[in-house]
Amino acid sequence: MTAVPIRDHEPAALRVRRMSGQVGWAVLAWVVAIAFFLPVLWMVLTAFKPESAAQTWPPKFIFSPTLAQFRLVFSGWGPYVTHSLIATTISTVLVLALGVPAAYALSVHPVPRWRDGLFFFISTKMLPIVAAIGPLYVLALHAHLLDSIWLLIILYTAMNLPLAIWLIRSFMLEVPREMLEAAELDGAGRLREMTEVILPVISPGLVSTALICVIFAWNELFLALNLTVTNAATLPMFLISSVPQEGLYLAHLSAAATVASIPVIIVGWIAQRSLVRGLSMGAIK
Amino acid sequence: MAQVKYVSASRVYAKDAPPAVDTLDLDIKDGEFMVLVGPSGSGKTTALRMLAGLEPLDGGRVEIGDKDVTFVPPKDRDIAMVFQNYALYPNKTVAENMGFALKMQGVPKDERGRRVREAARLLDLDDKLLDRKPKALSGGQRQRVAMGRAIVREPKVFLMDEPLSNLDAKLRVQTRSQIAELQRRLGITTVYVTHDQVEAMTMGHRVAVLAGGHLQQCDTPRQLYDNPVNQFVAGFIGSPAMNLQKVPLADGGARLAGTVFPLPAAVRSAASRAGLSELVIGIRPEHLHLANGSGVRGGSGARGGSGARDSSGALAGEVTLVEELGADALLHVRLAGSGDLIVARTEGRRTPAPGQQVTFRVQPDDVFAFHPETGARLAG
Repeated sequence: MTAVPIRDHEPAALRVRRMSGQVGWAVLAWVVAIAFFLPVLWMVLTAFKPESAAQTWPPKFIFSPTLAQFRLVFSGWGPYVTHSLIATTISTVLVLALGVPAAYALSVHPVPRWRDGLFFFISTKMLPIVAAIGPLYVLALHAHLLDSIWLLIILYTAMNLPLAIWLIRSFMLEVPREMLEAAELDGAGRLREMTEVILPVISPGLVSTALICVIFAWNELFLALNLTVTNAATLPMFLISSVPQEGLYLAHLSAAATVASIPVIIVGWIAQRSLVRGLSMGAIK
Repeated sequence: MAQVKYVSASRVYAKDAPPAVDTLDLDIKDGEFMVLVGPSGSGKTTALRMLAGLEPLDGGRVEIGDKDVTFVPPKDRDIAMVFQNYALYPNKTVAENMGFALKMQGVPKDERGRRVREAARLLDLDDKLLDRKPKALSGGQRQRVAMGRAIVREPKVFLMDEPLSNLDAKLRVQTRSQIAELQRRLGITTVYVTHDQVEAMTMGHRVAVLAGGHLQQCDTPRQLYDNPVNQFVAGFIGSPAMNLQKVPLADGGARLAGTVFPLPAAVRSAASRAGLSELVIGIRPEHLHLANGSGVRGGSGARGGSGARDSSGALAGEVTLVEELGADALLHVRLAGSGDLIVARTEGRRTPAPGQQVTFRVQPDDVFAFHPETGARLAG
């Protein structure tokens, strides 16, 4: 005999109350989602408009689409996207290469005063970047690194490293102590312990950390704007160029922004399972 | 030669806290199956980890095969450990898990494969399982892989930290005997930690009972059962536990449940030498024999023809609960007079019903006596 679902016994008054509660939350969720999504939708739609149609208020939802803006974007974005790609990938690789040993020294085999080290890393994020831009400019000037892609790589690495160390450390803390002891008993030295046990176990966490670093580096504007001109200009600066002194090229800006967001959206979509798993893995600690 | 010795080994965690392990002296013979048993916090796992090298010593030393290994790193002690939660490497196959230690030692691939397959055969692990990852195995299979990982190394000493506690009851009983048989076959010195005294009694050649970081008694299971050296061991070993009561001394014996219970002369003289007015007596459940028919308080019942020459003491009470075990039954009885609860083991077929009045007879020689303060056994 199959079980009868309990809802069939529910008295009518209770059911009305329950369902209206559910409907209420559903409506609220949709309203919030649409409120957040509308600007994005507007941006994507505007990307297909000619410049004249883009400036109207209220925004037109019915128009004859054109690819002219996209053509402009693709013809102009070449060096910018290259610089963004280089700066993002190399800085992320460096962040992982430096962050993993640092996190290891702060979690699995903690060094003395590890708490101080951890706090120091996080404290660097407490300084508003605006306050540091002056000294950074001077330092870059003297090091002949202004408008150099290497400057961005160094700065993006430094920018993402504290967060990466914090995240990777929390993943490493999740590795069961007994597993590490078993590896120690099996004769694995520090290096083997890392490569054979720790890294494979935390690999989803490493992927999600890398993705977060990619997102931050890809979208970074302030440093790029102030410390580069042409030789290292990144994609966000290309977006800014749609807003010159003379006017506001909204359609061009929308097209450029749409194109600039796509790589990150695709990467995030592909790795969304790993992202959720990685982020929730370290969530409790 | 792989005997193991703890020589005054100590481990202290916090400065002013009592030691987790307090000057432990234990000699384990080559090829022996030694069980460390005790309640939580007794120091048994700490002692095992000290032997493994996962825990440093704060005093004394540890020897494996006549060599002082106190400062030798774990991987050089030639030991293998089975952890409570198995600690298998989740991203490696079963074969890779079992062969990991050999890989670290630089053993060539073919030799590794051979030894892994041999160990798998010894543990009844199907060849098909060798290419699976741990998450695709059942709990019992994982446990065997953990054991296989230890066996493959052919170490001098096996260390096992409660390896059966994550298995269901039936599997535990089955695996228990398999482990004991395996140890007998391989002949490797084994140190086994458990909190379950049934495991300790059935598996060990000798059992070391620990409490509060101190070794209480180290003996064969039979000796521990028949001759506990103090109250703790007496109450810990044996299931159901020994009935222990603090009773005042009276002329010729002890006063229990309104009657004077005869005690052996040796116990009485030991008690008077120690100047005691009361002591703790212990009677095992199976030593409480149901007297024929529910007797009148006082013991020598109407049908007890031999009652006159019987020197046994008698206890009367009312049955509060009957636990059926199948072959036996356990009677929970509230003693007349004092209201204390005791547990008796009787034959399963003709058990009294709850509420019934019963009388038990006990042979004086079956009565244990302990010092009321120190818990030490008074000479019997």
